[in-house]
Formats: sequence, C-alpha cells, structure tokens
Amino acid sequence: MGNNSDDPNHEPGAQQGPVLFYNEVVIDHFMNPRNVGELTEAETDGFGLVGDPACGDHMKLWIAVRDRRIFRIAFKSFGCPGAIATSSMLTALAENRTIDEARLITDDNVIEALGGIPEKKRHCSLLGVKALQAAIDDWEKRRTRP
Amino acid sequence: MIYLDHNASTPVDARVFEVMVPFFKESWGNPSSPYRFGNQARAAVERARRRIADCIGCQPDELLFCSSGTESDNLALRGAVRALRHKGNHIVTSVIEHHAVLHTCQALENEGFQVTYVPVTSDGVVDVESLVGSLRDDTTVVSIMHANNETGVVQPVEEIAALAHKRGAVFHIDAVQSAGKLSCQLGKLGADLVTFSAHKLYGPKGTAALHVRRGTPLASVMTGGAQEFGLRAGTENVAGIVGFAEAMMLAFEMVESEGRRLQTLRDLLERGVMSAVREVRINGAKVPRVPNTSSLSFQGIDGESLALGLDMRGICVSTGSACSTGETEPSHVLLAMGLSPRDAQGTVRVSLGRETCEADVDTTVRALMEVVARLRQISSMRG
Repeated sequence: MGNNSDDPNHEPGAQQGPVLFYNEVVIDHFMNPRNVGELTEAETDGFGLVGDPACGDHMKLWIAVRDRRIFRIAFKSFGCPGAIATSSMLTALAENRTIDEARLITDDNVIEALGGIPEKKRHCSLLGVKALQAAIDDWEKRRTRP
Repeated sequence: MIYLDHNASTPVDARVFEVMVPFFKESWGNPSSPYRFGNQARAAVERARRRIADCIGCQPDELLFCSSGTESDNLALRGAVRALRHKGNHIVTSVIEHHAVLHTCQALENEGFQVTYVPVTSDGVVDVESLVGSLRDDTTVVSIMHANNETGVVQPVEEIAALAHKRGAVFHIDAVQSAGKLSCQLGKLGADLVTFSAHKLYGPKGTAALHVRRGTPLASVMTGGAQEFGLRAGTENVAGIVGFAEAMMLAFEMVESEGRRLQTLRDLLERGVMSAVREVRINGAKVPRVPNTSSLSFQGIDGESLALGLDMRGICVSTGSACSTGETEPSHVLLAMGLSPRDAQGTVRVSLGRETCEADVDTTVRALMEVVARLRQISSMRG
C-alpha cells in the first residue's frame, strides 16, 4: 500500500467511507467551514456559547450587527463532522440577514440547506441554531443596557 | 488508500484465498452427507481442525468452528454458565471487554445471573487484586480478553487463569485481538475456553473457533444438527474453515518477525506524533501492548472529525472500537481507564498490519499533524 498511485493528499470527492454517511455539501462544509474564527470584543455586538463539553458538542458564536442586520458572523465548534458542518451552514444562512430573519432560522433549515444529514446527527444542527439565538439574545441585552 | 484499521478487519491473504477456492467451485458438498463427495468436504474440515490445533497446541477435538468471534464468545459464556448453573450463578469479567462479552453478560444478568465487572488501572490493565476479591464460591465463569481491541493492552491472563482455577471457575479468554499478534500457545495461557477469529488474522470473515479444553462443561446454544461435537449446530463453513487454518498457519509462522516489524513501525508513528503534535496522549503506552495498536487522544478535537479528515486523505483509522462508531457515547474502555469524556472523544485508534510500510507511517504522521492543527483552529475548546 506504500506506493499509492493516487495522491493521498487529494482531498474531497473520494467515493469511499464518509460519502455513505455524509453528502458532498456536508463534507464541503466540514472540510472548508465558512466563517470560522472570532470577533474581537470591540467588533462583537452579540455572543453565544452553547453545549456541554462533558458530553460532546460545544460552540461559540459571535455576531456584529448594523441597522438590525448581521453583517459579520464568526464561530468556533468542538464536535463531530456533523457539528462542524451544521455550524458552518448556520453561519452561512445567518450572514447578511436581519435580526428578525435570523431569529426564524430553524434546525430544519440548516439540514435542508445541507441537503440532509444522517439521522443520528440531526441533533447536531440544533447547536448552531441555539448559539445564534443566544447571540441575538445577548445583542438585545447589550442594546437595552443603559 | 492507507489502511490502518487492522483491529477491525484484515485483508484475506492471497494464499488463503487460493486454498478456499476449490471449496466453492469443486468440493462444495455438505460435510455431513453420506457419500464420497460429502466426504471431501468433511476431510477438509477435519484437516483444518488438525492444523489449527497444532498451531495453538491442543487436540483437534478441543476445537470447534462457528461463525464469528461474537458467536464464539456467546457460546463460551452462555454455554458454560448454563452447564454450571447447579454450581453457582456468578460470572466475573472486566469493564473493558468487547461488547460481544459485555452485552452477553448483561443479557445473562437479565436471566438471573450475577456479574462482577472488574475495573482496570489507568494503563488499561485488569486490576488483578480487585479480580481476586470478586471471586466467590459460586463463581462459575471468569472471562477476560487477552489483548484489548482499542488500546492493544495485553492482560495478565496466565495469572488470572491460575486464580480462577484455584476457585474452581472455568476461565474463558477472548483472544480475537491477540491471535496472530502474540504467541497464543494454549499450554501457556492456561484457559479452558479460548475464542479466535479468522478475519483478524488475514483469513475470511464469517469464520471463528472456540477452543474447549477436554472436560470443560459446556451446553450448546444453537440447536439443530449434531455438527461440531453437538455443540454448534449448522452446516460448516467449509471454505471459510479451510481458509482460517491456512491464515492461522501463516500468522503463527511469522508472528515474531512481523511483531518486531510492526513494533518498529508503531514506535516510529508514536515518536512522530509526539514530536509533531502537542497535547496528545498515548493510551496504555507504559504497559505491554500488541505490537500493531496505538490509541491516541488529542486534546480539544473530536475523534470522528479527525477520522473523517484522515479519510478524506485516503487514510483509514477508527474511533474507539468499530462497533461503537455511530453511538454518541465515548469509548467504555477509555472511560474505564479514567479519561475524561472529552479526552475519550478526541481519540483515534491506529492499527497497523502486514501491508503497512514506513512511507505509510510517515504520510500518516504528516496527515495527523495537519488535520489536528486544522480542527484545533476550528475548535471552541481552544484559545
């Protein structure tokens, strides 16, 4: 097996293993997650932290809001490929949305946008939605703060 | 593809496949049939039985064939506890056994048997003192694995055999992960029942064996025909059994040279990972392990994500044991060794095999370094 004729560093699209479990969109969001990173304290208008590190998934999400619109969003996630891909897709869906639109994003929207996710990974998609709700709650709290 | 999951399964050796073919194409008869065509199959099964018995050091009539390591474990446990029910109903096993043993013990608890699950040390070795304390007058069966499938840690089975026998209990060893990796001479192991599986030693899937030392009480679990000394009904998997014997012979012939080669490669892998990646732990590193297995826990990332990242580069490794993939609970073996759920979650098992070469190890170390770094950049548990 040492002489690989095919390049072992060739990344996506391999017709093996994971494709049976995750579709190509999910794999893409896992391999190239959108909006990974953090916002600085000065840039942040809302911050959400969800998950129980002891049992697995964990996510941090930052939003910057201007005229009630999310113009920047960033996240970091600890978890399985499903958690990373759904976190990434959630930020892609929420970016450039108004706060009211973002509030309406559901876990089903995230799964649909990914073209489906294995049944036992469905719960992962709640992580991003909860983190976004927490960040929006935080934004509202900060606004009303005297 | 770089396949580094030999504890899950191994490829069928070409020589093994070769000897199996005639039993699909020409001598495909039923070994129990009363004519010469059936006798050809019967003779092949009995010859295979003798060859394996010679390898492991027992009499041919102390070996019966069945379909899987799981079935063999089931027959050993269920068969022995039922045959010995008049003497007691207590079983002793360990918390790190394969699910084939653990879930069988749990099922037996539901049938009224009592089971003690002995803990392990932080290195993943069965705590012998605690095992001694758990043995009772009504203990009929003790079942301990020879090598753990996730960590490769070798268990003190010789010592446990003597302790179990002193208390009059039957001793079963699940040797699925050690056969072909360590010398498994039955005289040395001292067990009454020993489970072997063909596909972990470059034989076919669907074939396994249970060694039953003469005089060991055992009731049948599968009912039907009188095959396999009346202990395992069902037409023999002739081609599989023939292939199993060939695989066992080959594995035992090269056990020492291949063991040294794999140990060298594993050392290379572990040294490479330790120098390239921070905050990584090798589980069971301080105690004897089978030479091909490495259990690596990376802080701040998830093992399934790491395995998928490696898979996308054509490298196959597993997270914990193959059977628990898909379950969300972290490995029971790693938790029993005292790892936090989060560290257990960040673990992959790398198990090398005959086709693994040095270049594969180098590629894997580089890939591990890069994928771990990428996942740590994404991880909310860092920085």
